[in-house]
Amino acid sequence: MYEGAIQDLIDELGQLPGIGPKSAQRLAFHILSADPADVHRLAGALNRVKELVRFCNLCFNVAESDTCRICRDPRRGTEVICVVEEPKDVVAIEKTGEFRGRYHVLGGAINPLEGIGPDQLRVRELLTRLRDGEVKELILATDPNTEGEATATYLALLIKPMGLSVTRLASGLPVGGDLEYADEITLGRAFEGRRAL
Amino acid sequence: MAQGYRSRLFRDDGVVLRVQRLGESDRIITLLTRRTGRIRAVARGVRRTSSKFGARLEPFGHVELQIAEGRAGLHTVAQAEAVELYAGRITQDYPSYTAASAVAETAERLTPVESEPALRLFQLTLGALRALAVREHAPPLVLDAYFLRAMTTAGWAPALTECAVCATPGPHRAFSVPSGGSVCPACQPPGAARPAPATLGLMAALTSGDWKRADASDVGIRREASGLVAAHLQWHLERALRSLPLVDRTMKE
Ligand SMILES: [Zn+2]
Ligand SMILES: [Zn+2]
Repeated sequence: MYEGAIQDLIDELGQLPGIGPKSAQRLAFHILSADPADVHRLAGALNRVKELVRFCNLCFNVAESDTCRICRDPRRGTEVICVVEEPKDVVAIEKTGEFRGRYHVLGGAINPLEGIGPDQLRVRELLTRLRDGEVKELILATDPNTEGEATATYLALLIKPMGLSVTRLASGLPVGGDLEYADEITLGRAFEGRRAL
Repeated sequence: MAQGYRSRLFRDDGVVLRVQRLGESDRIITLLTRRTGRIRAVARGVRRTSSKFGARLEPFGHVELQIAEGRAGLHTVAQAEAVELYAGRITQDYPSYTAASAVAETAERLTPVESEPALRLFQLTLGALRALAVREHAPPLVLDAYFLRAMTTAGWAPALTECAVCATPGPHRAFSVPSGGSVCPACQPPGAARPAPATLGLMAALTSGDWKRADASDVGIRREASGLVAAHLQWHLERALRSLPLVDRTMKE
């Protein structure tokens, strides 16, 4: 235990996902010994991200206005929605260049052990988007791991009765990985080979 | 990292209860093992799609492990081989997935001390996950059977036939969670539940593994039994199970 400001910083860093007490301490002392200009830039970036970045009203991707760049783009089709867990998955799929529709970012996957069920994700908002009948296909691109598969199963069961085509990325993706780590070619192929649920 | 520190390697088989992200691409895997009880081990690089572990360290899998013993109770997975992976089948059915999650959380909560052998609980956990994967019985029944048997190993199964307080042979009509199960008219506290006799019968069938009787039970009786089992379990656990409110008990006809 340290005193005052340095312990406060260790405590705050320790709240971040994947950062244990030792890493928090290492990061805190790194910041303490860093160039003041670098630390100011970091603090500024932290402040700006909460001030400027919001979630798109439509798809819940990160956005700097009410809607994100993709939802505002008139060249993007409105008949296909690709459902992902996190904004970083949008980036991974955009890199493949295979998808010209729009997204829906759930904000995670169903994980009862962490207390995350459908109500903690943006499922209701997804159903609202599907209600007017304009969307013809829903691509479920949740992670190819246990929580992602279970989330896809849940959504398929919920949405298929609404009469639209529900598809899942091809199983060429290795099970257990995160979508963001799939290389562009594999992910592109998974899009082409998506199967109906 | 201290130089020259050689960690001891040990082998065991276990079921994966929980995986948590660690740093960029690692995970902390919580396992209930056959001989070593509950342990936590880091799996390095497991989230990368090129990982040698692949799907083997996903939740609900039964794996054969080689573990490098770590200090402060955090080990490292050196090798993992699949004995039987259940996640693929369990996640195809949402009620099975939510039930499996509750099984895993319960196994973790009933093993508060790491590395303390819990062979009977390991066998029950493995059996429940397998049953959920093959879908031989309705997932809520498998879950309630697991709860009842796990409580039996912990020493606080509800009394179902005799009175929980004075042991007078029953069956008795009243059921009180704080009293420990079914209670005779003399011991019955105010506010005790009065479940249908068939409900206590179903709970007894689930405890003893009388699946013929359990599978034939009707939906209303199953609901009432689930409520009593959950109340009894929560009463004995210090904190509520996070997964329990998310268990999908939709009954398919
Ligand atoms: Zn958007
Ligand atoms: Zn009595």
